Amino acid sequence: MNRFRDKRWEDIFLDTFIYLSLIFLIIVTLYPFLNTLAVSFNDAVDSSRGGIHLWPRKFTLYNYETLLTRTQIYRASMVSVARTVLSTALCTFSTAMVAYTISRREFVLRRIISFIYVLTMYIDGGLVPTYFLIRALGLTNNFWVYVLPGLVSAFNLIVIRTYISGLPDSFIESARIDGAGEFTIFLRIILPLCKPVLATIALFVAVDNWNAWFDTFLYNSANPALSTLQYELMKVLQSANTMSGSLLQALSRAAAGTSNTVTPRAIRATMTVIVSVPIIIVYPFLQKYFVHGLTLGGIKE
Amino acid sequence: MNASLTLAKRGHVFWQRLKQQKILILMSVPFLIHIVIFKYIPIWGWLMAFQNYWPGKPILQQTWVGLENFRLLFDDVVFYEVLRNTLAMSVIKLVMGTVSSIALALMLNEVRKIRFKKAAQTISYLPHFISWVVAANLVRDALSTDGGVVNRALMSLRIIKEPIMFLGIPTLFWWVIGFSHVWKEVGWGAIIYLAAIAGIDPALYEAAKIDGAGRLKQIWYITIPSIRPTISILLIMNMGYLMSSGFEQQYLLQNGRVIDYARVFTIYELDYGIKMMRYSFATAVGIFRSVVSLILVFSTNQLAKRWGQERLV
Repeated sequence: MNRFRDKRWEDIFLDTFIYLSLIFLIIVTLYPFLNTLAVSFNDAVDSSRGGIHLWPRKFTLYNYETLLTRTQIYRASMVSVARTVLSTALCTFSTAMVAYTISRREFVLRRIISFIYVLTMYIDGGLVPTYFLIRALGLTNNFWVYVLPGLVSAFNLIVIRTYISGLPDSFIESARIDGAGEFTIFLRIILPLCKPVLATIALFVAVDNWNAWFDTFLYNSANPALSTLQYELMKVLQSANTMSGSLLQALSRAAAGTSNTVTPRAIRATMTVIVSVPIIIVYPFLQKYFVHGLTLGGIKE
Repeated sequence: MNASLTLAKRGHVFWQRLKQQKILILMSVPFLIHIVIFKYIPIWGWLMAFQNYWPGKPILQQTWVGLENFRLLFDDVVFYEVLRNTLAMSVIKLVMGTVSSIALALMLNEVRKIRFKKAAQTISYLPHFISWVVAANLVRDALSTDGGVVNRALMSLRIIKEPIMFLGIPTLFWWVIGFSHVWKEVGWGAIIYLAAIAGIDPALYEAAKIDGAGRLKQIWYITIPSIRPTISILLIMNMGYLMSSGFEQQYLLQNGRVIDYARVFTIYELDYGIKMMRYSFATAVGIFRSVVSLILVFSTNQLAKRWGQERLV
């Protein structure tokens, strides 16, 4: 009887501790996002008085209007969308294709190709030699520097190959008996069967591309037409405290003639929301795929 | 003679198979060329580290200086600071990240309300998917002395009397990096441990229950020992990456006041190499980092393999 009661107390204590901890985690994770969202919808001057938490006090769309009507931001959004869509489509397709060839046991180049890719996970030419190569190839101030260098990565290749190797051979055999060529087998049989792992890889590639700013900084910062959203946000972040950034100056000038105005804090908040929303909308729907894909890559590697 | 015949025959078979597999070759070799161009040709550029490279001339016509750039590197006081910062932040991130992810996985595993568990998990992944640019923005806002949520919370709990300038105190920078890493990656890191926990034989728990073990005892005597191999393997493998403590996080959160504690290798290469047009020096830094990383990765992989085999025996 006594032991029984002890156990109930243990249960209550443990559950309380766990639920409180998890609720704390949820609050700590979400608060910064919700606070930023509230600031982005609040009047900029009013926000600088402080005290904005989860809900705007003086609701306005002015911050968004000011930012989204800037050609610089509009152009950067288009570049970000274009690089993400192109990279995701090209990377996923190419990686799957190479993965299919090295999953065929009879393929003569299978070992050498695998080896050459796997080695790239461990060696790295470094910042300067890579920069000189990119420049020599004419990829500086060029949109394709966002897509071409990372076309097939070793990690993604291994994950997809592991998945294809786990598929039953009978599908491929019967297609071959029907006279299908390798490319047809890949396109008609392998690709549809690989949907879960391809969704995972596509998500990883898309997120990496959407979030990238360092390549813009290194290779394309001389050409404003090729700037990306993340790079624009990075510039605002770096200059926010001093109001020295050209975008901030231009925005405060634009606002000078009107009764409305923007502040660095409001600009940062609004940009942050614009940059994060696409990802926040997409990732929950792909959750079941990436959880599976990650454990697959982690365990088999 | 017999041997040469079979060899010739084998060669013939090889060419025949190569011909048969021309579609597979067409599907893979263009990408092989691509990876050689983008990943292997830069290694040729390592030659620059042994030269006094000046842009405009082909690489083989540059002045050779031997190991001069490496001597400069090892004589530089800043280099040792960079090494210290990199290793310190790597270790802090590795330890804090591992402990927090395991704790989260253990807690999620105890939650019986499926809806709540799913919601907590989904929310915990969120910061992993946003860029460090966005995360750095949020961290700066949260830590600001002017109404930042962390300072407000600590003050209302009476832990501190006045706001702390978290991002302005050099000795706190490593911990800012550690905690912001945990904030961003704890949920993502827990996925792999949850998978390991899901693989534990339920019979073990049944047996423990019959023996009268409570839930805490089950966690301590069954769950944690069962995932210990996963923890060890991941720890060992991650030790291979001690030389790369990240770059974006430090670059985006640092400022002039804390730079001596924030400077990691890539920032060093940018500020003391490229911005000063010391291309050869920056290359030497890159080579040092690559070679040490390579040694670390291979030795830790060997360790993991040997350890894994011992487990099997």
